[in-house]
Amino acid sequence: MNADVPLWVEAVVAMLLVLSGAFVLVSAIGFLRLGDFFLRMHPPALAYTFGSWSVALAGVIYFSVLESRLVLHPWLIVIVLSITVPVTTLLLARVALFRRRSARMADTPPPLTAPRGP
Amino acid sequence: MSPILQAGVVFALGCYAVASLLVLVRLLRGPRAQDRVLSLDMLYFHAMLVTLVLGIHQQSDQYFEVALLIALFGFVSSSAMAKFILRGEVIE
Repeated sequence: MNADVPLWVEAVVAMLLVLSGAFVLVSAIGFLRLGDFFLRMHPPALAYTFGSWSVALAGVIYFSVLESRLVLHPWLIVIVLSITVPVTTLLLARVALFRRRSARMADTPPPLTAPRGP
Repeated sequence: MSPILQAGVVFALGCYAVASLLVLVRLLRGPRAQDRVLSLDMLYFHAMLVTLVLGIHQQSDQYFEVALLIALFGFVSSSAMAKFILRGEVIE
C-alpha cells in the first residue's frame, strides 16, 4: 500500500464516500416508502445525481493524489449517467402513463394531442 | 490506507448493502411491472457504486471500466424492458 497520500486527502475522500452512502440510503428509503409510482420515480434521482457525483469526485481526488497527475476519467461515469438516466426515466414514465390509460384508472391526465374543443 | 478512509469505505459499502436490500423489498412487493424495472435499474446502479468504491479501496484503476460497463448494461436492459412493456416488442 502506498503511504504517500496525505491524511487530509483521505479524510476528504472518506467524507465524500460517507455522503454518497447517505444519499443512496435516503433514496432507497424513499423508494420503498412512497405510495404511487409517479411519486416513487423521484427518490432514485437523488442517488443518480448526488450519489454518483460524490463517488466520482472521490475517485478523481484520490487517484489524482495517488498518481500525482490529473486523473479525470472517473468523471466519465457521471457524464454517461447524465445521458442515459433521463432516457430510462422518460421511458418508464411513459410506460406508467400508458398502462394507467389502458387500465382506465381515474385521474389519469388526457393525451396532449387529443382534441379538446374550443 | 488510513483508518479514516477505511471507515469511510466500510460505511459506504454498508449503506449500499442496506439500500440494495430495501430496493429488493420493493422489487419483490412492487405492485406493477414498472416498479420492478425501476428497482432493477437501481440495483444495477448500486452494483456500479460498489465497484467504484472497491476500486478506491484497492487503489486500482481497473475497476473504473467495469463500473462504466455496468452503467451501460443497466441502461440498455432497463430501456429494453421499458420498451417491451410499452409496445410488446423491443425492436419494431
